[in-house]
Amino acid sequence: MSTIYILWLRQLKRSFRSKSRIIGSLGQPLLFLLAFGYGFGPVFQKAGEGNYIQFLTPGIIAMSVLFSAVFSGIEIIWDKQFGFLKETLAAPVSRVNIMIGRTLGGATISIFQGLIVLAISFMVGFRLESAVAAWNVFLFISLIAILFTALGTAIASILQDFQGFQMIMNFMVMPLFFLSGAIFSFQGLPSALEFIARINPLSYGVDGLRGSLTGVYQFGFIPDLTVLSLLTFILILIGGYLFSKIEA
Amino acid sequence: MKIIQVKNLVKTFGTIEAVRDISFEIEEGTIFALLGPNGAGKSTTIKMITTLLKPTSGDVIINGFDIKKQSDDVRRSIGIVFQDSSLDEELTAHENMDFHGILYKVPKKIRRERTEQLLKMMELWDRKDSLVKTFSGGMKRRLEIARGFLHHPKVIFLDEPTIGLDPQTRNYIWDYVKKLNTEENITVVFTTHYMDEAEKMSDIVAIIDHGKIIKYETPQTLMDEAHAKSLEEAFLYFTGRDIREESATSDIDRMRNIRKSHGRK
Ligand SMILES: Nc1ncnc2c1ncn2[C@@H]1O[C@H](COP(=O)(O)OP(=O)(O)OP(=O)(O)O)[C@@H](O)[C@H]1O
Ligand SMILES: [Mg+2]
Repeated sequence: MSTIYILWLRQLKRSFRSKSRIIGSLGQPLLFLLAFGYGFGPVFQKAGEGNYIQFLTPGIIAMSVLFSAVFSGIEIIWDKQFGFLKETLAAPVSRVNIMIGRTLGGATISIFQGLIVLAISFMVGFRLESAVAAWNVFLFISLIAILFTALGTAIASILQDFQGFQMIMNFMVMPLFFLSGAIFSFQGLPSALEFIARINPLSYGVDGLRGSLTGVYQFGFIPDLTVLSLLTFILILIGGYLFSKIEA
Repeated sequence: MKIIQVKNLVKTFGTIEAVRDISFEIEEGTIFALLGPNGAGKSTTIKMITTLLKPTSGDVIINGFDIKKQSDDVRRSIGIVFQDSSLDEELTAHENMDFHGILYKVPKKIRRERTEQLLKMMELWDRKDSLVKTFSGGMKRRLEIARGFLHHPKVIFLDEPTIGLDPQTRNYIWDYVKKLNTEENITVVFTTHYMDEAEKMSDIVAIIDHGKIIKYETPQTLMDEAHAKSLEEAFLYFTGRDIREESATSDIDRMRNIRKSHGRK
């Protein structure tokens, strides 16, 4: 327990000390909300799909949580390069606990970020449709954050430097984002793309968020919850295993 | 009791044979110096013994535990100060100490007392709340040592602990090591390029060269054998005077290695 706590605390301290990063990472979701929201809003409305900001906001929250989570996970490469990882790996603590501590630390920061984006979205006209939704929103933001921090951490544990980072962004993170229903519904997409969207874990996160914020689910609350929790659990185990293979 | 038993330990990185079949044993309570030219394989050996690097082959038993099968018990038995930095520079000195103390489950009261004592000894107490990235090289090194002494294991490994430190600090460190050794019977394994430190501190010296242990004696015996007045002279006598390449990748080195290993078979 204390291991998980101290690793978590360390991540928080490091992140909150670099305020410029927190502020900087809010720029992108804000831009997306404004550009897409006002840009595509009229088209969306004309097509009889209703208010685009209502549709888009859950997607943009999911996006900012996704980016921040994967990035927090990847941060472990810094620890490798600065040598600090040796300090953690030499210690008599279980590798799974190291994985859990780091993941929860990174996830907490991403949750925080997701909540800020939610707050911003109110300013551009987003409206909550019911009050009960608040807890579910928090639940799905947390699940997305934990899942993708774990994924980033697991991937970074097998990378030596930032060379592979661009590849992960372009071939994993961006496709995950675009094919998740975050900015457009994937119903009516070519069937190959729709298939990818259906096996994309982020789709379940976006759906859970959109469902709890607007009341309209595509997969349903229980399927979303199950897919996300199960995958998170599996990824943490894989991450713990990969950690036990890291050499310093 | 033999606290460390190393049997036929080998580590290769691609074509580089960093550690080539070394074996030795260390009695509990010994201060043991692992000496050798740059690239000899000292750090690689220490990393394998401390579970951070998987041996290519061979066995190591520490405090009765097998590094391959009981790595957690091994980790509970040891402490390490690495040759290169392993601090979190975005945290303060005090936070680095706390982090270590909690990972190694040092009880809170002892953690507080020792942190204060060690940071004062290393003259970092005034700077305990500064971020480590604002420290000078020597200050970082001192913090690293202080952190390494925060928990008291059965065996402590010090890989060039005093590199880049002033003589005053070096004396403090060796006094502290000596105290840990005599008062708590902690076994000490260290490497250094300052031969006077090894001569003064160690009970046993192993000289490692090109990944092989070529000598394993008390400092006095080594000096007698080499008819040398100091351990430095004896060291030069046994390892020769040519400067080593940083790595054994150069052709000359590799040929020399190949020749040597064939010669021994
Ligand atoms: N990760 C690695 N990959 C490839 N080669 C390595 C690696 N680590 C060490 N080596 C090689 O293994 C050999 C032994 O290195 P090691 O760091 O153990 O030497 P050392 O005795 O500690 O030297 P120094 O006194 O310079 O610290 C060197 O030839 C080095 O280049
Ligand atoms: Mg070394």
